[in-house]
Amino acid sequence: MSGSRLSTTHRAPSYLADAWRIARKDLLIEFRTRSAFLAATVFAVLAVVIFRFTWDPTAIPAMDLAPGVLWVIFTFSGLLGLNRSFGLELAERAYDGLLASQVSREAIFTGKVIANFVFVMCVQAVALPAVALFFDLPVGPSWWIIVGIVLLASLGLSAVGTLFAAIASNTRLAELLLPMMTLPFFVPLVIPAAQATAVVLRGQPIADGMAWLKVLLAFDLVFVSACIVVFPFTIEE
Amino acid sequence: MQSPHVTAAPEGASASGPALTAVALVRAFGGRRAVNGVSLTLHTGACLALFGPNGAGKTTLLRLLGGLLKPTTGATRLHGQPLPGDAETRRLVGLISHHAMLYPALSVRENVRFAAECQGVINADDATTRVLTQLRVLDRADTAVRYLSRGLQQRVSIARALVHGPQLVLLDEPYTGLDEAGAQALTDALGALKANGATLVLVTHNLSEGLALATHSAIMQRGTFVDEALVSPSGFDVPGYQAKYRALVHEGLA
Repeated sequence: MSGSRLSTTHRAPSYLADAWRIARKDLLIEFRTRSAFLAATVFAVLAVVIFRFTWDPTAIPAMDLAPGVLWVIFTFSGLLGLNRSFGLELAERAYDGLLASQVSREAIFTGKVIANFVFVMCVQAVALPAVALFFDLPVGPSWWIIVGIVLLASLGLSAVGTLFAAIASNTRLAELLLPMMTLPFFVPLVIPAAQATAVVLRGQPIADGMAWLKVLLAFDLVFVSACIVVFPFTIEE
Repeated sequence: MQSPHVTAAPEGASASGPALTAVALVRAFGGRRAVNGVSLTLHTGACLALFGPNGAGKTTLLRLLGGLLKPTTGATRLHGQPLPGDAETRRLVGLISHHAMLYPALSVRENVRFAAECQGVINADDATTRVLTQLRVLDRADTAVRYLSRGLQQRVSIARALVHGPQLVLLDEPYTGLDEAGAQALTDALGALKANGATLVLVTHNLSEGLALATHSAIMQRGTFVDEALVSPSGFDVPGYQAKYRALVHEGLA
């Protein structure tokens, strides 16, 4: 080793490049296997169908029920992908190689969040049209606002879910523990998302839902930052 | 029992200081001490072969030396830097386990290149091709790892660990699953690493395999070193060592 400890054949770690590399690897694995995506998508569509056939349109208007259905599906289909996030690292202990590399713990976490965010958005790309179709919702320009709400909620869900997936992955009951740990934290995410969605679907001005959107944004800022700081402590054995 | 201090410095070792030092390492899981007061000093180019029965604490010691576990007490330093250390220090470590440490859905080349990129290798493609050639798996470079036999997966795992040219290589049962060609490729690769000044710590149950590469040996039991020896460059009395190992480990003379 040279005195300067620097090498001309190696580059210094780069937070964003390393995070993107990990996200790209996770997404490539999911693209090759499609196991979690298929499971989450099939679950989402089946859930929409079940909600549709248990719904009495004469008792509850679609505009009132659809936001709840959308965000229940969003939450549980997202959980299916989160479980896999660290499962693929631990199957052959590839995680040890990652932790022993020069990639920072924060970059590993950010990479996992990016991959989970893309995963959740892909599932929502199927779930949103399915909800619109089965609940006969009017589709118009206001749907771009709903897409924006989904983006904000997906970021918060991915950050919190990735942190708890890392914690749960070290236990024998990971698949049971993950929903038990994450669902209470998703409540402050799902309530404003559902309320803002309801405002949009009822055709009210977006200003009426601005307070809910601010709650969503605040949740993202606080929890994304907090999870990045906390994550390195979750991987100590 | 307090472990004796292993000091491994082969002839011609650098006078600039030890490559790896561990001082009074203790790692407890609950009330049980998996590693109990191990100290060692390894110089550049040294190879410590570590033997011991299952549950002796060998793998835990390797994880401590690689910075994957934090010691309950004690400290490890690699070229003077504490472990687990900064990115530059972590980059100096290569880890080979009896787990493949690979992603089965990715190809051989994708796995090794990903490891190279994570270790900051500037020309990751060239480094990947070079190490796959060295481990004699280049012809399977585009095959998904899940389609490979256990022995080939182990070769790829070794390529993954060596692609960035580590200065400290920690090997946990690296010969597991390897056929004759694979074992020879690994021995050649480790010999080349030693010649280039890398420091090796090799955990194995196979005494003759371990002693063939080692400059020093140690026997571990119940978390401590119960014996250590200098391996003569002219060879080693393997049958005599096996008898000593049996006496210490199986007959409980330690």
